[in-house]
Amino acid sequence: MHNKTIAEIIAGLDAGDFTSVEITQHYLKRIQQLDSTYNSYITVNEETALAQAEAADKRRAEGNTPAFCGVPIAHKDIFCTNGIRTSCGSKMLDNFVPPYDATVVENFADAGAVILGKTNMDEFAMGSSNETSFYGPVKNPWDTNTVPGGSSGGSAAAIAAHLTPGATATDTGGSIRQPAALCGITGLKPTYGRVSRWGMIAFASSLDQGGPMARTAEDCALMLNVMASFDPKDSTSIDRDVPDYTANLSQPLNGLKVGVPQEYFEEGLNPGTEQAVRNALTEFEKQGATLVNISLPHTKLSVPAYYVIAPAEASANLSRFDGVRYGHRCENPKDLRDMYMRTRGEGFGDEVKRRILIGAYCLSAGYYDAYYRKAQQVRRLIKQDFVDAFEKVDVIMGPTSPSPAFEFGAKGNDPVAMYLEDIYTIATNLAGLPGMSVPCGFVDNKPVGLQIIGNYFDESRMLNVAHQFQQATNWHQQAPKDIEVEGVE
Amino acid sequence: MEWETVIGLEVHAQLATKSKIFSGSSTTFGAEPNTQASALDLAMPGTLPVPNEQAFRYAIMFGLAIDAEIAKISVFDRKNYFYPDLPKAYQTTQLDRPIVGPGHIDIELADGTQKTIRIHHAHLEEDAGKSLHEGSFEAGMSGIDLNRAGIPLVEIVSEPDMSNAEEAVAFAKKLHSIITSLGICDGEMSQGSMRFDVNISIRKPGEKLGTRTETKNLNSFRFMEDAIKLEVERQIDLVEDGGRVIQETRLYNGDTKESRSMRSKEEANDYRYFPCPDLLPVVFDDDYIESIRKELPELPDARHDRFMEQYGLSSYDTNILSNDAGMAQYFETATKISGDPKLTANWIMGELSAQLNTADLPIKHSPLSAKQLAGMIVRIADGTISSKMAKQVFEGMWNSDGDADSIIEAQGLKQVSDSGAIEAMVDEVIANSDKQVVNFRNADESKRPKMLGYFVGQIMKASKGQANPQQVNEILLKKLNDLL
Repeated sequence: MHNKTIAEIIAGLDAGDFTSVEITQHYLKRIQQLDSTYNSYITVNEETALAQAEAADKRRAEGNTPAFCGVPIAHKDIFCTNGIRTSCGSKMLDNFVPPYDATVVENFADAGAVILGKTNMDEFAMGSSNETSFYGPVKNPWDTNTVPGGSSGGSAAAIAAHLTPGATATDTGGSIRQPAALCGITGLKPTYGRVSRWGMIAFASSLDQGGPMARTAEDCALMLNVMASFDPKDSTSIDRDVPDYTANLSQPLNGLKVGVPQEYFEEGLNPGTEQAVRNALTEFEKQGATLVNISLPHTKLSVPAYYVIAPAEASANLSRFDGVRYGHRCENPKDLRDMYMRTRGEGFGDEVKRRILIGAYCLSAGYYDAYYRKAQQVRRLIKQDFVDAFEKVDVIMGPTSPSPAFEFGAKGNDPVAMYLEDIYTIATNLAGLPGMSVPCGFVDNKPVGLQIIGNYFDESRMLNVAHQFQQATNWHQQAPKDIEVEGVE
Repeated sequence: MEWETVIGLEVHAQLATKSKIFSGSSTTFGAEPNTQASALDLAMPGTLPVPNEQAFRYAIMFGLAIDAEIAKISVFDRKNYFYPDLPKAYQTTQLDRPIVGPGHIDIELADGTQKTIRIHHAHLEEDAGKSLHEGSFEAGMSGIDLNRAGIPLVEIVSEPDMSNAEEAVAFAKKLHSIITSLGICDGEMSQGSMRFDVNISIRKPGEKLGTRTETKNLNSFRFMEDAIKLEVERQIDLVEDGGRVIQETRLYNGDTKESRSMRSKEEANDYRYFPCPDLLPVVFDDDYIESIRKELPELPDARHDRFMEQYGLSSYDTNILSNDAGMAQYFETATKISGDPKLTANWIMGELSAQLNTADLPIKHSPLSAKQLAGMIVRIADGTISSKMAKQVFEGMWNSDGDADSIIEAQGLKQVSDSGAIEAMVDEVIANSDKQVVNFRNADESKRPKMLGYFVGQIMKASKGQANPQQVNEILLKKLNDLL
């Protein structure tokens, strides 16, 4: 049952092959037996999940079946869930139970989904390996000595280990695409403004975007149908009709122009990864697409620009965690200053502190022009690179991350090496463009992701391109070998 | 040599919107702590601001009223600092792209001349909450009330164009008059709806600007005047004693009439301003701005000219009646009913203002409505009551909801204007005053008017004060002359 895609689960529920309660129980049992190995969930909602499943079965019996009626999924623990602890992977919010649902959570509730639990993540979504979580690292189901990527490593690993068929995630600099690549699943970061950020705990407001993770492009399309909406509660949400993202999946790719940026194949790219990506490009040619060599000349500047803008915004966004109203507060503060210092000193981990410091520094009087303003100028140049490229091509393709999953601790002492993990993904966030990662091969039994970057609001075409690739290949159908449990199924 | 004072003002005015600038919470004053604070006002994670259009309209109205340019693109910035009553630990405000650009306000000085005070800009921002240090808190604890957090403010920043406390107060009063006339702020200074920060420096004429201090959060015209005088004196004494003014923020205590340093420039925060990424730049097109201009209510200067013209009042009376929007409205409502602008003006500026002052009430909270007052004035004008009786009627209305007629009736204050009745009373008094009549007859003609007082007194006594004095005088004089 746990090998089914979301599309297959919907079909099975529709056909009466199984009930929502049955499949929900099945996943809960798997999580109970396997997740001590992967640590992909922070919170599992057995009771509420089963109640939701029962309600969904009842609804279905009454003939009322919204899109995800009875389909189990998981939410990244960055999305606020009314009455369910939402930690954002931090000690700071270990005790935080929101009195409201994120719009994304509400959308899935309206669609009848069953929420299995909240997935693990890098603290406040800051990290590319899931090693910064207060709840311990997530293990990559393909090789538990390696990281799952981050920050949505919990969502990615849970899907790879078949502990959920799909999960919500967020992407600020690659946090959906990089873990999707490292865990061999499919993930999509939509255009900035497509998915509401209301109730999604902010890391860097101008870059954060929620999106779906699942095993197939088709499942991502089904999830995006639910997630995407105009939300008057989010001023940066864009008032634009939401198409049916499954409508164009079967469109042939004849005449598709695929941009291949030279900067994405330079020094630092693992040769095995490169080979897998080149093979994928050949497959697209086979399907009638044309490869066009392009240049995104400011790619190299994207990491430094990002590591000014994102921490600057984060330094302000995370200031609200002061111990006054909710969340962690230190014991017996002796005065206000002591309360601030110890609360924040104890509540935040090292990486979060590092980024708050960088951000506050970049915004300080005398440094603002040299760092923040300059980074914003670079951001405009990067955006222009893409605007120019999309005059010539329909989609852009390249590797999602420079190499497959690395071992725990491999980059822990070298933040810059860690930051370079996102060298191919960060630019799309700076430009606000949609990006996807699709499994396209293996290096030493570790998955490799192909990145597909689309033009603004061109998610339908990206999903079509990814789906066609998945019709011709079976990389996305591979599963890690240790995920079967005796006595279940 | 004389010292010259240079004063600039920063004024925070709470905009009278029903809900907060970025959340749907109510802005009503005086609610139980934290009952008007939503998840956003508490800065719960994941919450996002949604701008309240009314706040923008109000700020634009102000800009248009002071002849300022309205920014086509308005940007919000984050001003970062930690304080328990600032829930996000940043204030959403405007730094580089304020909604209202340079403008000006004209004030009238004591000698009747006009002076133009330039406005540097005005911007929108959110108010902070309140820290409560008194109350039933555990030892060492303070309370936080976030009802005020997120109430929209317009901060109006003047150029340093004022040169003494009187000018600063005149400017503040004019500003108060403009924003209350626009209806964009209730102007209730005691509730913190309008607060003044005063920047003061001194210099010798012709020299460059001296180091300034800022005295913060003054919430009455009186405190502002006192605080300025005190600070100017402090700076002059300091410099004349060989000292140096340091740039600092000061707090003035209106009760003790003392000020103290709050923090020096060195201790000032680095606010790390940057554009708020949760709020997109707001763009206004000309049509939008023009549609607001068309709906602007009458402004104080225009109202002043109209009052002079329409009601034929003196310039002095007009100033008092037209500057304050509440006063102007009261006057116009009352005059419409009474039909007698002069008499209405006199009662408003006289008895009513005195009583309101004593009770420390703004005119819009007057226990005596414009309609009640006008009802009384109608009765004065038609001779039903005398001015003296009117004082009693006024007092009666001040203490009850009754109208003038019911109080006149209840207290039996009706003036006797029936000439037959008055004639009878006059006849009787004359008949009983032989001696005084003889004296009157024998007196020199020039002395006779003075001698009338006795007769009038007797007649008023006989009428229990209700005889119409004017009629009494006329009839009495006629009858006495007949006896000559």
